[in-house]
Amino acid sequence: MEYKGWDEFEIGAMLRSFDGAIDDIAGTAQADRKYSENNSYKASVADWRVLKPVFNKDYCIDCQFCWIFCPDVSIIARDKKMIGIDMDHCKGCGICVEVCPTNPKSLLMFLDHADSEAELAAWPEKDEEE
Amino acid sequence: MAFDKMELRDIEVWDGNHAAAQALRQCQVDVICAYPITPSTPIVEGYAQFKADNYIEGEYVLVESEHAAMSGCIGASAAGGRVATATSSQGLALMVETLYQAAGMRLPIILNIVNRALAAPLNVNGDHSDMYLCRDSGWIQFDAFSPQEAYDLNMIAFRVSEDHDVRIPSIINQDGFLTSHTAQGVHTITDDVVYNFVGTFKPMNDMLDFEHPVTHGVQTEEDWHFEHKARQHNDMMTVVPDKIENAFSDFEKLTGRKYNKVECYDMDGADIAIVCMGTSVETVREVVSEMRKDGLKVGVVGLRVVRPFPFAEIGDTLKDIKAVAALDRSAPGGAAGMLFNEISGSLFNTDSKMLLSGFIYGLGGRDLTKANIRDLYKELQANVDAGKVLTKQQQFIGVRGPKLAYL
Repeated sequence: MEYKGWDEFEIGAMLRSFDGAIDDIAGTAQADRKYSENNSYKASVADWRVLKPVFNKDYCIDCQFCWIFCPDVSIIARDKKMIGIDMDHCKGCGICVEVCPTNPKSLLMFLDHADSEAELAAWPEKDEEE
Repeated sequence: MAFDKMELRDIEVWDGNHAAAQALRQCQVDVICAYPITPSTPIVEGYAQFKADNYIEGEYVLVESEHAAMSGCIGASAAGGRVATATSSQGLALMVETLYQAAGMRLPIILNIVNRALAAPLNVNGDHSDMYLCRDSGWIQFDAFSPQEAYDLNMIAFRVSEDHDVRIPSIINQDGFLTSHTAQGVHTITDDVVYNFVGTFKPMNDMLDFEHPVTHGVQTEEDWHFEHKARQHNDMMTVVPDKIENAFSDFEKLTGRKYNKVECYDMDGADIAIVCMGTSVETVREVVSEMRKDGLKVGVVGLRVVRPFPFAEIGDTLKDIKAVAALDRSAPGGAAGMLFNEISGSLFNTDSKMLLSGFIYGLGGRDLTKANIRDLYKELQANVDAGKVLTKQQQFIGVRGPKLAYL
């Protein structure tokens, strides 16, 4: 981002989310929106994450619970199907894992530097006692 | 929703609180978020009564603290409404964090402060501790010496703050009880004329503009914060003074009542002068009128605009005065008083030979008597006769016990 002088930006502690006027924002997919350079959509705000969720689509029933509960809008869903996690914005809070209703869970938390493929290969079995 | 207009007599008998509440009603504020505190309570109480009686179209939000009151005002102002509230003393102290937010976010909120001492010891009476508490907050600050001025300055403040070249919030100060609860004749302006003067609110970067979404109250660190604060200060120093002058001028054309950033009384040909704020200005004026009859060359200067501080006007007014007393109605906490400092700053590095002495007075509502003021002028005259300040530079007026003098 360009470092502007004190006289070169709009007054107030204010940033615009989009370049120009927007219309049907709810009906426009994120990838198609004209986000401004100030919008955090283009920025990674997750570099301090310690734990990360790993998504296992083999057990997912597309209930959308994780999508609803995620406080950072970091669950990517299209046409009511869970696709994955936006790792530029996920802070690793674990709420998605907490609300996941499947057995075994379709989302589990691991250390951020863990190998996701290896964790998927070693996914827990169904818990029969539950 | 339709609301009623109010028929007013040309002159109404109002105290400062009621005058401010009437001005807010006439300016057609969209949102008031309020938490009452003595002695400003009747402003928001009176406004609530107007609302209950269908004289108000806007929203009235009762909140759980003064911090929440100003926070609500900030939200409503960022959303794009005309916004105001009132507070005093401890309430203002709780509000201070959000005052800096409002100024930094460039939201044109109007805040009536009915000046009152700050605890401890707890005290509900008038001094300027709360005014001084937020003097670096980035708000424009007006000072009213009477109910009439509290009424007029509210309208002027909306005009100045809401200007798109300004967008800086304004405080209107009035003295607790001495102005706020003292009924005087107030020349009124009709509802339509007031609203026409302040104009329809013009939003800027408002959150309710759904085609242009904005994030208000962003975080910036060492790479951007300084530029934001620099711009705020620049606009206070270079834009606001002329806008205030224009608003004073337009208000004079409308009403015949002329306001000045620095109000001078009997300063023509004066040798010695007192500079002060609030109701003290009127008391000193009375003494000056009496002393002038005795042929004494005395004058008084009332500070109408506290921030941005009128350095040039104060300098021009005082440069040829031989001796000046700066009266600060706030405990200085280990320094010279604010007025002493600002007046010194206005005349330092100039050719002025003015002898300046500072006085702390009136804390917690202690009276400043006419006898006090006469003694003060005698002391100034003695300084003039000696060609130097004979006392220490900081003294206290009207406090019991051994005489206090410092600096």
